[in-house]
Amino acid sequence: MRIFVCLKQVAARDSLLRVRRDERWIRDDALSHETNEPDTFALEEALRLKQRHGGEVVAVTAGPERAASTIREALAKGADRGVHIVDDGFVEADAYRTGQALAAAIGREPHDLILTGLQSDDAGFGQTGVVVAELLNLPYATIIMEISANGGRLRCKRELEAGWFQTVTLTTPALLTIQSGINKVRYATLMGIKRARRKPVRRYSLEELGVELRPQQRVRRLYPPQQAKQTEMLRGSPAEVAEQLLAKLRFEARVL
Amino acid sequence: MSVLVVTEAHDGAWHPMSFEALAAGQRVARAARRPLVAGVVGSDLDPLAEELATYEMAEVVCADHSALGRYTPDAYSEALRQMIDQINPSLVLFPHTYQTRDLAPKLATSLGRPFISDAVAIRCEEGETVFVRQLFQGKLHADIVAAEEAPHFASLQSGAQRGDSAQRGSSAAPVRRLQIAIDAASIRTRADAPYQEAADAVDLGAAGIIVSVGRGIQSPDNIPLAEQLARALGGELAASRPICDSGWLPLDRQIGSSGQTVAPDLYLALGISGAIQHVVGMKGSKTIVAVNQDEGAPIFELADYGVAADLFDIVPALLKALKNVD
Ligand SMILES: Cc1cc2nc3c(=O)[nH]c(=O)nc-3n(C[C@H](O)[C@H](O)[C@H](O)COP(=O)(O)OP(=O)(O)OC[C@H]3O[C@@H](n4cnc5c(N)ncnc54)[C@H](O)[C@@H]3O)c2cc1C
Ligand SMILES: Nc1ncnc2c1ncn2[C@@H]1O[C@H](COP(=O)(O)O)[C@@H](O)[C@H]1O
Repeated sequence: MRIFVCLKQVAARDSLLRVRRDERWIRDDALSHETNEPDTFALEEALRLKQRHGGEVVAVTAGPERAASTIREALAKGADRGVHIVDDGFVEADAYRTGQALAAAIGREPHDLILTGLQSDDAGFGQTGVVVAELLNLPYATIIMEISANGGRLRCKRELEAGWFQTVTLTTPALLTIQSGINKVRYATLMGIKRARRKPVRRYSLEELGVELRPQQRVRRLYPPQQAKQTEMLRGSPAEVAEQLLAKLRFEARVL
Repeated sequence: MSVLVVTEAHDGAWHPMSFEALAAGQRVARAARRPLVAGVVGSDLDPLAEELATYEMAEVVCADHSALGRYTPDAYSEALRQMIDQINPSLVLFPHTYQTRDLAPKLATSLGRPFISDAVAIRCEEGETVFVRQLFQGKLHADIVAAEEAPHFASLQSGAQRGDSAQRGSSAAPVRRLQIAIDAASIRTRADAPYQEAADAVDLGAAGIIVSVGRGIQSPDNIPLAEQLARALGGELAASRPICDSGWLPLDRQIGSSGQTVAPDLYLALGISGAIQHVVGMKGSKTIVAVNQDEGAPIFELADYGVAADLFDIVPALLKALKNVD
């Protein structure tokens, strides 16, 4: 089974986000970046499928030069090779254009299964996987909690709302978006990191893939959210805050 | 050109978010001076269509077909493509449900049009529709506009508009049953009937006070600290999803869109960032207190009282203060 896993590099979780002067995106320069956490569960699932069924795991990213470290990390964890579509424009690209580029690169090779995360921590479209599936004309299922593969048949446990689930059956080639938390992700070993250096990474430019990043939707302005509710911030030493809070809860909110 | 709201129902029962999307659609259609059309997709839709027709709108359109009984992306996107073809809307609005997450990106992509997902607000500005989305997990908001020809697709986040603000019409709107053709052979996924894993062992819905922990609790070894606080306040312990995924607390204590929905008198969130999927499960709480060391965390937008500090300083102080009084 040849499995492609889509991994996006995003601003690290605890980053201090500053809006860029043109108010279209954040200042990307002074940030540290990491692999979009939901995608690490997709990678882990791919590695486990390979352990069970054999085959190959290919880590794919569309991003600027710096995203090479996301591919390297995936290779160190056990992916066999990488595909990196290199362009700065992906940082602000919409799901449709990113999906086009990913589909163009993956579509060049035979593929049995494509896995993506559920959502990117930065743009949060929650769409890119399904866009790729549609462009490659593949059946798909989203928010997957469990996969059992039998020949070309995939039986998947799909999460529905409020504690409900559903079994969905489809045949490969197919795409699945993986729910976060479905497995315990592995860490890279020293040996893995060493081996990763020799693993191949195919780099593509947008021209090579025949994709343009002309946006379908555009950020007009980025800003800190306005307060919906009047929040009273309590300040002081921990002891002072605790006294204040209990007093408020007893005498103002009357919930204690 | 019209505004089309695509409602959602399962086994003859509405998904409640349908009416939030409907209310938003009514507002947008009025502002843009376009007729509002409500679409419903499924099988045996007559009772649903009649109920929908009591709301203020130009018409109800039904895609009623035996192949649409249970949702599959292939059949539903095909039905909606045919609906859109016959209605010719400028905007197609969905509630942002799991089904929409599955369906709308396929539908929009197949038509080469943008899907603006999970909007928290929609407004009309000089003839243009502006969508507000949360970025960076709610830490920033963005005004988004479509940069492509119509139809545009968008979905509305849970709670972005009150469902009970959908207006009834003075008389029933006409119901149009569309001719829909679906080739059963084109449906590539088989979807079985939904099931529930185990009935909720603890019903947090009845709790008056809930102390809820998120990833800020850092380690399973620190859960007892939160437990102590819950006990001292006479409340129940609950958690965000990652805590239950990691097995630090059982799944039946998870709050949010894939867990329980609660509305206690007091909800004390410790080290929870306030992602929308968590917030939908607790925003109805009477009083919300948030302790989070990041003052920019979205949970503070919702809290009545906020403490921007380390929970490992604040929780022991609270325990001590509670002891002093009792
Ligand atoms: C389809 C779908 C369904 C989902 N369903 C649910 C659901 O039902 N329930 C749910 O909760 N989530 C759900 N999620 C996940 C959700 O999007 C968030 O990822 C999750 O709620 C985040 O949990 P958290 O707030 O505990 O963690 P984080 O977002 O990591 O936040 C941790 C917070 O702790 C703070 N912190 C860290 N250390 C300290 C300290 N020492 N003192 C004080 N504060 C500290 C940080 O500043 C941060 O704000 C779902 C997601 C998707 C896509
Ligand atoms: N630039 C990218 N490179 C690789 N994968 C991506 C990229 N953007 C999105 N994805 C994948 O698509 C999923 C959904 O992303 P999004 O639609 O942005 O929420 C992510 O979890 C990734 O698996």
